[in-house]
Amino acid sequence: MREKIIELNADYAAAIDDGRLEDWPSFFTEDCFYRITTAHNHSRGYEAGVVYCDSRQMLADRVLSLRKANIFERHTYRHLVGLPRLRESDGSSAVVETGFAVLRTMRTGETAVFASGRYLDRIVHEGGNSLRFSRRDVVCDSHRIDTLLALPL
Amino acid sequence: MTTSTTHEAPVHWHPGNYTRVPYAVFQRSDILSAEQARVFEGPVWNYLGLEAEVPLPGDFKTTFAGSMPVVLSRDTDGEIYAFENRCAHRGALICLEDFGNATEHSCVYHAWRYDLQGNLRGVAFEKGVNGKGGMPDTFCREDHGPRKLRTTVFCGLVFASLHDDVPPLEEYLGDAVCSRMERVLFKPVEIIGRFTQTLPNNWKLYAENVRDTYHASLLHTFFATFGITRLTQEGGVSISEEGGNHASATLARMVDGMDNAYTQQAIRSENQDLTLGDMSMLKTVDEIGDGVILQILSVFPGFVLQQIHNCIAVRQILPTGVASTDLNWTYLGYADDSREMRLLRLKQANLVGPGGYVSMEDGAVGGFVQRGIAAAGSLDSVMELGGDGTQSQDFRATEASIRGFWRAYRHLMER
Repeated sequence: MREKIIELNADYAAAIDDGRLEDWPSFFTEDCFYRITTAHNHSRGYEAGVVYCDSRQMLADRVLSLRKANIFERHTYRHLVGLPRLRESDGSSAVVETGFAVLRTMRTGETAVFASGRYLDRIVHEGGNSLRFSRRDVVCDSHRIDTLLALPL
Repeated sequence: MTTSTTHEAPVHWHPGNYTRVPYAVFQRSDILSAEQARVFEGPVWNYLGLEAEVPLPGDFKTTFAGSMPVVLSRDTDGEIYAFENRCAHRGALICLEDFGNATEHSCVYHAWRYDLQGNLRGVAFEKGVNGKGGMPDTFCREDHGPRKLRTTVFCGLVFASLHDDVPPLEEYLGDAVCSRMERVLFKPVEIIGRFTQTLPNNWKLYAENVRDTYHASLLHTFFATFGITRLTQEGGVSISEEGGNHASATLARMVDGMDNAYTQQAIRSENQDLTLGDMSMLKTVDEIGDGVILQILSVFPGFVLQQIHNCIAVRQILPTGVASTDLNWTYLGYADDSREMRLLRLKQANLVGPGGYVSMEDGAVGGFVQRGIAAAGSLDSVMELGGDGTQSQDFRATEASIRGFWRAYRHLMER
């Protein structure tokens, strides 16, 4: 399972970094939970997120909004994803923690560390052989977010 | 930081009205320094935090009044105090945590001790060691201490001032803004999340942005794209007498016969084909019961209270440089929220904050201005929408509340 989780994380990161945002929801189950928060909020049990979605459709809506409605200067991400730590695993699902860093390159050419943190995931087998996130909490180390967060982490 | 040159030349303001703002005020470090003295330490009320952030005796929070580091503290008498987070000895920060609980505060550098009101209570080795060294007999602890701020609490919000001549908060806010604040904060709140958004622009560009009722549905196309709200909905803006504080409101109902206003003007916002697949986020509950679905309220110089559908948040605007600003978001729920209502608020928080559907653009647009004006330090911006006044208006296609901000600002800076 560990090999397949590494592959899932790599495919997930590539979809975002390559700009294939429409593929991003497909890494989640239909009734998934996805949130981007910070270590400060996570440790205090504050529930709000920068992004807070409780369905795959909400993820798709976010992509639609980014494509059709929201205005932001062109930029790309490069995810550097660490090795997964399997906290629990029973063959059909796993609780996994994985460190990450995201470099952001702006239209103007500046590349900088945009975020670092941990993915706190629940990963399930779905549709035979494929793994999907039924829950992904993106817990950023810093409480600061530079300028705006448009593309997902 | 785009410029670090020290200028001494006075800024040339357009005489007589507030429709022009010299771009230099967003660029000059000498002006930023003057703002700390004249605005943030002047006769204003700086927002420091929520009572709910320091509920118990000994609870403290560290924050800022402009660029001045401040400790907000609740003493054992239950009252809230604020003092400069600067040791009276050699200037080190007294408190190094964002939040905490303490029986006293002690500077780590030389262990000078302060009570919860910021009074100097102890000086290490004050009498020296074995009779040698120590402070002179003339040293009096009462003569030394960090600067204290006068605090006041309204609707659970803590404001503080360094100036003796500031009017009482409710008078400072004005009746209209007071009642608009009470309308949202009518019962106890609790914190449900905090984020800091770093803005690549001068703090005043964000202060303008929150008062800008004109830009909302033009820059933020989310609502219009998905057919949720427009400038053609009923609404208006209340502005305080001095100009600095405002509250704008949008009602759920449309102005009669105005359905096609966007199409007629061929504005980018119009796009009827698109809909969201999961509408659960937008099942707005009229929990205040007056049909206002969106209210933005500002208090001069750096406070914002928002009610966007059922998402309630406060924002604190803090300058961190000529071209950098911290925007501190605190998301709120009512303490007696049902689970269902709380979940709705959490979902609607997607609308706001650094990644918000209707606010992410505000994080970038100030930077577009900051970069756009790089060579325009001798030129002015233009704000004539809705005339040249700073009075309340019963429509939102106006820049009156931005002009009001500049009126209050110039009143302090041109003294």
